[in-house]
Amino acid sequence: MNKTLIIGATSAIAIATARLWASDGDPLYLVARDVGKLEATANDLKTRGSSQVEFQVMDVLEHSRHLAVIEEATARLGGLDRVLIAHGTLPDQAACQADIELSRRELEINCLSTFSLLTHLANLFESKGSGTIAVLSSVAGDRGRQSNYLYGTAKGALSLFLQGLRNRLYPSQVNVITIKPGFVDTPMTDTFPKGLLWAQPERVAADIYKGINKGRDIIYTPFFWRYLMWVIKAIPEPLFKRLSL
Amino acid sequence: MPKTSTAFPLGDNHRSWGRYPKTRQQGIPIRWGHHRLPLEPEDDRRALPFGAGRSYGDSCLNDGGILLETRHLDRFVDFDEHTGVLRCEAGVLLSDILDLFVPRGWFLPVTPGTRFVTVGGAIANDVHGKNHHRAGTFGCHVPRFELLRSDGSRLLCSSQENPGWYNATIGGLGLTGLITWAELRLKPIPGPWIHQETIRYDNLQDFFSLSADSDTAFEYTVAWVDCQARGSSLGRGLFMGGNSCDEQHPAVERPSGLKLSVPLDPPISLINRFTLKAFNTAYYHRQRSPRRTTRVYYEPFFYPLDSISNWNRIYGPRGFLQYQCVIPQSNGPGAIKEMLKRISARGAGSFLAVLKMFGAKPSPGLLSFPRPGVTLALDFPNQGEKTLQLLDYLDEVVVAGAGAVYPAKDARMSRKSFQHYYPQHEKMQKYLDPRFSSSFWRRVTQP
Ligand SMILES: Cc1cc2nc3c(=O)[nH]c(=O)nc-3n(C[C@H](O)[C@H](O)[C@H](O)COP(=O)(O)OP(=O)(O)OC[C@H]3O[C@@H](n4cnc5c(N)ncnc54)[C@H](O)[C@@H]3O)c2cc1C
Ligand SMILES: NC(=O)c1ccc[n+]([C@@H]2O[C@H](COP(=O)([O-])OP(=O)(O)OC[C@H]3O[C@@H](n4cnc5c(N)ncnc54)[C@H](OP(=O)(O)O)[C@@H]3O)[C@@H](O)[C@H]2O)c1
Repeated sequence: MNKTLIIGATSAIAIATARLWASDGDPLYLVARDVGKLEATANDLKTRGSSQVEFQVMDVLEHSRHLAVIEEATARLGGLDRVLIAHGTLPDQAACQADIELSRRELEINCLSTFSLLTHLANLFESKGSGTIAVLSSVAGDRGRQSNYLYGTAKGALSLFLQGLRNRLYPSQVNVITIKPGFVDTPMTDTFPKGLLWAQPERVAADIYKGINKGRDIIYTPFFWRYLMWVIKAIPEPLFKRLSL
Repeated sequence: MPKTSTAFPLGDNHRSWGRYPKTRQQGIPIRWGHHRLPLEPEDDRRALPFGAGRSYGDSCLNDGGILLETRHLDRFVDFDEHTGVLRCEAGVLLSDILDLFVPRGWFLPVTPGTRFVTVGGAIANDVHGKNHHRAGTFGCHVPRFELLRSDGSRLLCSSQENPGWYNATIGGLGLTGLITWAELRLKPIPGPWIHQETIRYDNLQDFFSLSADSDTAFEYTVAWVDCQARGSSLGRGLFMGGNSCDEQHPAVERPSGLKLSVPLDPPISLINRFTLKAFNTAYYHRQRSPRRTTRVYYEPFFYPLDSISNWNRIYGPRGFLQYQCVIPQSNGPGAIKEMLKRISARGAGSFLAVLKMFGAKPSPGLLSFPRPGVTLALDFPNQGEKTLQLLDYLDEVVVAGAGAVYPAKDARMSRKSFQHYYPQHEKMQKYLDPRFSSSFWRRVTQP
């Protein structure tokens, strides 16, 4: 039984992952901003076998509530073994280029809010001496591209932050896991035309579930993105800057 | 709020199972049951819920309009261990229910021949299964559901609350609004095994006497007919009866998931005169002894076709047409005989022909297809005009026999035939959602 806190719990990828934990009977504490979605998700997970499901409404931009919500989750579940952070938005790159305020806001949601949550969680798990922290980053953070570098910046910063945190928490036996999905068919990408590289959230969830159980550091999902990104990262900058990616 | 408008252009990625007719529509995913429908006031196109697209013809299609995709409404809401009542969202697949509840000792009260259909689709077509003679239709086991209308209103429907809407929505072809969630009465089972008896019978007369005897002995019955047989063998086939097993039988293992798939479209139909003849003859003779008893896992018993994903592709790019009718008991033997004769006289054949007796348990559904009598289901590769003519020719027999044809499997019945089979369709008018319509509905109601 892994007592699990999920932030951004109504994201499609988080729901698919939570269903796998629910069928293991794991107690879950869900945090998201829409109470209707939270209720529907909580009922589903309970019916699927979770031994306990609680939820709390929170916008991740409310930094001042982060610590209290984490403490509440720990109290309700009677401890905390595992955290999944999944909230996120896909910024409109063109709009961000015209509006620094928008860019700032997107960075607040996609990276600063997560830094805040991670800071509290890291201290908690460090003093406890065990636990798993898994966070949804993205392959987009592996290299900046003109089509979405604001999102890439947020995810890239997040991946670096997690790398440092993993290094810091290693002696405390806390696993820090960076999840890097490729293209996933979720509400975030509803308006995109889908092709061969696209995966369903259930597939990604199965990889997350396995990767967490195995204590992996970085999970590329589906697996081929590891190789694809290896190639993309290997392209020399003088060449890369000429590509329209 | 979900996004709409030009973000989702008309496309041809929605097909029905028969892959005929080909239509174009805009698909909009419906992700949360508590949201309003994503229909903009100034948009004058019509919408239709789309479940798993397991209907064969055009009742799940809406050419030039919008399809409200329900597959993301896949959440369970609640299960009552005492009463067996499951509440779930309408996009939950019957296979999701089986995966979760068979290990807990519960089964679907009624199931069609594929488990890859949604609860909403099963209600909207008021589907039937091999236990119709005892349990009636799917709708008989749905005590309550919520109907979301295009004006944003939500109607709680049961035999007590909004009974008119309840009756119009069961078998209502998705035209009364979108079902967001439904309650379904599951039934307890001793285990996931079926005690199956397969009886080889020689002609149509034998089918009727076997059915008369067996329908009381078996919870589940169905017969497969050799469409190639003629003369004194007309209607011969294999009759299958089954009951849930009382004790576990460890020797029978659960078959492992999907094994086969038809990954590509063959350029032409693989089903033709020669393959049909070979298949039908081989199938009939597969069983040497006249009677065989086995114990099988529930999946191959109920869902033999589900083991080959995308099997509908074997009919090639032109697709195929299903035809399922029901004829009242008294006219049954004569009409079925006449239909089988007409099929073989035209040199047409059906890959799968299925016969079953429906029982007398009434459905709450206003427009439901099943009624007491004998039902025959056939499928034909689409050979254009030739196939359409044959099916019109069969309709003559069904009209004369006071029967009906199943909309879930239809892509071609005339307006006249439909109105003959379903005179109650007039009563549907007041329950139709003004912003909903389907290709099927326009075909059978508009001149
Ligand atoms: C191999 C196979 C075997 C079959 N065997 C049987 C059988 O034995 N008995 C039988 O009765 N049928 C049988 N069928 C037909 C199938 O069960 C029905 O067509 C079923 O309704 C398909 O459900 P679906 O979820 O795919 O719905 P779709 O085909 O996508 O839609 C069917 C109808 O339901 C409506 N609908 C879907 N969701 C909703 C909703 N949430 N609210 C309101 N309306 C909704 C649609 O508008 C449409 O009118 C079989 C089909 C196949 C492919
Ligand atoms: N989809 C992909 O292709 C893809 C690829 C790589 C990485 N990812 C990452 O995977 C994670 C999950 O995304 P998804 O694809 O599952 O998309 P999703 O279903 O759209 O989930 C995103 C979630 O973030 C929540 N959220 C956004 N802003 C928030 C805020 N201010 N406060 C609280 N919650 C907020 C949303 O809540 P509401 O439901 O209330 O809007 C939504 O549930 C994200 O971090 C995403 O960046 C996705």
